[in-house]
Amino acid sequence: MTTVSLSVEAVWKSFGSESVLRGIDLNVHEHQVVVLIGASGSGKSTLLKCINGLEPVDAGRILLDEGLDVTAFKTNLDAVRRRVGIVFQAYNLFPHMTVLDNITLGQRKVLGRSRQESEDRARRLLARFGLEEKAGEYPDRLSGGQQQRVAIVRAVAMSPEILLFDEITSALDPLLVGEVLDAVRELKEEGLTIVMATHEMGFAREAADRVCFLDGGVVLEEGTPEQVLVAPHEQRTREYLARFLG
Amino acid sequence: MTEPGSAPVAAARAGSGVSADMPYVDPARVRYRQRKAWRDAAIGIISLIVTATVVTLIVVRTPGWSAVQETFFSPEAFSESFPGLLEAFWLNVRIFLIAEPLILIVGLTVALVRRLKSPIFLPLRILATVYVDVFRGVPTLLVILLLGFGVPALQLQGAPDEVLVWGVVALVLSYGAYVAEVFRAGIDSVHPSQRMAARSLGLSSWQTNRFVVLPQAVRNVTPPLLNDFISLQKDTALVSVLGPIEVLRQAQIDASFTFNYTPYVAAACLFIALTIPMTRFTDWLQERQRRQRGSGFAT
Repeated sequence: MTTVSLSVEAVWKSFGSESVLRGIDLNVHEHQVVVLIGASGSGKSTLLKCINGLEPVDAGRILLDEGLDVTAFKTNLDAVRRRVGIVFQAYNLFPHMTVLDNITLGQRKVLGRSRQESEDRARRLLARFGLEEKAGEYPDRLSGGQQQRVAIVRAVAMSPEILLFDEITSALDPLLVGEVLDAVRELKEEGLTIVMATHEMGFAREAADRVCFLDGGVVLEEGTPEQVLVAPHEQRTREYLARFLG
Repeated sequence: MTEPGSAPVAAARAGSGVSADMPYVDPARVRYRQRKAWRDAAIGIISLIVTATVVTLIVVRTPGWSAVQETFFSPEAFSESFPGLLEAFWLNVRIFLIAEPLILIVGLTVALVRRLKSPIFLPLRILATVYVDVFRGVPTLLVILLLGFGVPALQLQGAPDEVLVWGVVALVLSYGAYVAEVFRAGIDSVHPSQRMAARSLGLSSWQTNRFVVLPQAVRNVTPPLLNDFISLQKDTALVSVLGPIEVLRQAQIDASFTFNYTPYVAAACLFIALTIPMTRFTDWLQERQRRQRGSGFAT
């Protein structure tokens, strides 16, 4: 087995009196695509935000490369976020900037790349995802699928070690889901380490190395796509999957 | 984007020789729309002329009209006082031009201070809050009187004893409190997901404010800010209570010499001449923003 890129150890997180994560464990190996499935409220999004340091955990640890502890009190979270990219359900592009500026801002201000260098990289990535003509557009002029692909490019441009996808197709018109999933496939081919929360079972089946079913704030069942999606052991997993087939 | 039409439309298009890429409108409908546009324009103009004529006739035939005309709209009094008023108005313009940038700086600084999170800045946050509460609550005229007459009376060493300086300071303090609140509302209007997206890229809190939150906040509040500018242009006249001969004071002097109120009307015209372009500019800016970014912000 390859090295562990990310390990989540007994993480708890609650909002007010509502416990969302209840001692969850998760290991992600390098170059793996791990898909998180589970009902809304099962903690998928919260887990991803904890990994990126956008939400502080209440207990437990999250380690990058078996070394850097995201959850330690003194960790510089900006340094963590340089290594862990995230793409959100609602794209969250900066509306006052062109597509190109959206993609170069982080590269220039965080990574210290020159304008020329970051623009070259942005244009190369845009071209790869079929968006080369949109570099000068403002996000509001793009379709949802295009905006989400720009958001993916923005995250990828930062050369992250791990990419987190938080239900990135859930806000999209069904016709536009395909183009965004194609972009994720492309990144998988390239060997990026990806953790993805999604409701796209077909995609999980085909593209995931491992599928984790989250329920009640823990990983209730995990394994290969066949193990979890075709022949699940747990009753809760079967109930959840039945709702997709029904 | 135009989709390929249904069979009859496609046939009509082929007949009209219009390119398939062009939007297609029935020629009869085009003629109807043109006729309607002309008719609407004609009705509007006729209605305007009739109304204006009727109102003018009524006003002119009113028994007191000649007295009103003589008192407020005397051409002689107007041409006599206008050059002096124009010169005095230049002082209002200068007060405005000096005060406005200072107000923007004070307003933005106070708004940012009120958003500081670190506990070490608690005294600054309290100071900023008290400042806004006090200066929004006190009439501008009162602040002008208090500083303009009060501070020079202290005869402080090094402090300017020019009342005009203190008049400007009073305007800056009074308007700075308003503008701080406008900026604060603008900062709050930027959706938290924008801050989250910026931080997720590794931008620091300061960089997030500088490159993501503030540019959007300022755009969002440009119309209310310009509204405050317009208000400030008028309130430069308040400085007249301290004695400087700006346009209102000049009009007052002229009127008291001639017992004719036309100079006031002339002064009013000068203010309007300055504020109307500003108002139109605000409208234009808003319209351009709306067009540029479609319906508004995506979150």
